[in-house]
Amino acid sequence: MTNSGTAPAQDPQDSPADSTGELLRVSQLTKHFPATRGVLLRRPAGHVRAVDGISFSMRRGETLGLVGETGCGKSTTGRMLAGFLPATSGQVTFDGRDLDEARRTDGKRLYREIQMIFQDPYSALNPRHTVGTIIAAPFRYQHITPPGGIRRAVQELLEQVGLSPEHYNRHPQDFSGGQRQRICVARAIALRPKLIIADEPVSALDVSIQAQIINLLSDLRDQQGMAYLFIAHDLSVVRHISDRVAVMYLGKIVELADNDLLYAAPRHPYTRALLSAVPVPDPTARKQRLRLAGEPPSPLNPPSGCHFRTRCWKAQAVCETTEPPLAGADPRHQVACHFPEDG
Amino acid sequence: MSFSTPDGVVRAVDGVSFSLERGRTLGIVGESGSGKSAMSLAILGLQTGRTCQVGGRIWLDEEDLLAAAPGRVRDLRGSLMAMIFQDPLSALHPYYTVGWQIAEAYRAKTPVTRRQSWARAVEMLGRVGIPQPRQRARDYPHQFSGGMRQRAMIAMALSCEPELLIADEPTTALDVTVQAQILELIAGLQAELRTAVIIITHDLGIVAEVADETLVMYSGQVMERGSTEQVFRAPQHPYTWGLLTSVTGLNRPRRDRLVAIPGAPPSLIDLPAGCPFHPRCPYAGQTGGLAGHSRPALREASPGHWVACHLTDQSRARVFAQEVQPAL
Repeated sequence: MTNSGTAPAQDPQDSPADSTGELLRVSQLTKHFPATRGVLLRRPAGHVRAVDGISFSMRRGETLGLVGETGCGKSTTGRMLAGFLPATSGQVTFDGRDLDEARRTDGKRLYREIQMIFQDPYSALNPRHTVGTIIAAPFRYQHITPPGGIRRAVQELLEQVGLSPEHYNRHPQDFSGGQRQRICVARAIALRPKLIIADEPVSALDVSIQAQIINLLSDLRDQQGMAYLFIAHDLSVVRHISDRVAVMYLGKIVELADNDLLYAAPRHPYTRALLSAVPVPDPTARKQRLRLAGEPPSPLNPPSGCHFRTRCWKAQAVCETTEPPLAGADPRHQVACHFPEDG
Repeated sequence: MSFSTPDGVVRAVDGVSFSLERGRTLGIVGESGSGKSAMSLAILGLQTGRTCQVGGRIWLDEEDLLAAAPGRVRDLRGSLMAMIFQDPLSALHPYYTVGWQIAEAYRAKTPVTRRQSWARAVEMLGRVGIPQPRQRARDYPHQFSGGMRQRAMIAMALSCEPELLIADEPTTALDVTVQAQILELIAGLQAELRTAVIIITHDLGIVAEVADETLVMYSGQVMERGSTEQVFRAPQHPYTWGLLTSVTGLNRPRRDRLVAIPGAPPSLIDLPAGCPFHPRCPYAGQTGGLAGHSRPALREASPGHWVACHLTDQSRARVFAQEVQPAL
């Protein structure tokens, strides 16, 4: 899994032996943002329950896709794991340590192991810095001098992501969107992190460029064995790169399954509706959609019981009173629904 | 259609021709910078001024829009042709109620009283599926969700029952479940009003789903044009092949690697000589050097199916059968 590559900071314990072990365990992770009402006299008006008690785990080298519509909490989840937002409650274990604890005691060190790729490669790169400075920043920040020097390491990284070493002295504005995203990828992989959180990494790019970046990310994963938490709203993109997929709705994970199981036989009504709503590039496939009425309710005041019941065609009395847990006989296919479809 | 910029002249749209009948839908696909949006603004007469030159002819119901007086185009805009934009929040005025804005647009084009135009606004909001339209018409745009704002934009665009509706990326800012609702709504109203619709998008799935005819644009030029069946079932242009094989359609088996188009779209200021796609085209070498020299003309590959490519019909058929079809 690990190769004798360019960058340093290779952890000795990251041997192929434990490369299938658990890397990340998230349990009951919650983020509530306080909401206020009024302009001058700001009064508290409850909480936006952006992430409402989610649990999942990731193995080393695994890609977990996190999908859902606007406001479902997928980006908030990513930002909490990356350390940009404190969690309201919940526990995260990363690489055998408590993430909060590790962040408090040795937060800087953690950035070697968890890195992030953002949606918009235009705002993620400082326009006044050269590409060389941008990609070298992780080395400088961590006071690491790779063998052969920083400059050489950066040029090797540039080649790894499909750019040319001559780009070292250029500025971000000399590059197209796809190339900028490659620069962001180079920066993220510079210290050989164990986990990369990619928040909508291709949705700002043109169709023909999206495929290039997806291919790049999967190639890097095959070479270096890092895990990706791949956050996206586009189910077809997620399907392509993920080993497992978690579907979120209004702050909850409603379905979590192996890629093939989820796409072949979705069990949660929301997943089914979501898959059915994606237009496919085939004019003969114009189909009868499973149409969802309305839009997701406000996370400020989510429905009681199952959050999806207000838009669900299968909802019954029990859905209003009891929240269905994420469960299932098959550990590879978990669903949070009282009346799941046949798997 | 060209723009003067400090860096040189940008030919945003270069020799594009198409026609569209009442009640039909044309899908225009292209990446950013392919000229698809610039063209729609030209049709509506919204691209004027010192920096922009528009050449050619645009006919709407026997009337030449480019030769018409600016006042006349203004009259037609809204009444005979209308547009919905990608971002409904910036297309709606934040200071006025949604109902007021729809009523104003209607009143500007029809001789009605304020009361009548308000009633029309409420009626249109109901028709596009806004619940309790009478109350919601008094709401401001920020009180609407993204999908509802796009519904309000559609209500406004269709309030005068135009002959032509141009929808520029109408669902790009929306979630897929809401996107499905909006596409269905447009199709339903189109069938009812016999409106011709031009839908501009980068999403091949949307085009396959709603368009009768498809136009593929690249660098301001038409690469391929035909019925949606033709373009998706038997695509002729290498760029279309690239687009179709690089998308990750849910109807396709999952693959380990996507087939990506190498490189990036060229700058419009500095277009490559010859075919604009040739630097990224894997088959440019098979044209006997033509690709880098002369611009391919749009010619009819089969009845109603036009393509701008130097490859001979035989070599195109061979490449399609051997390399493209298996990847689709």
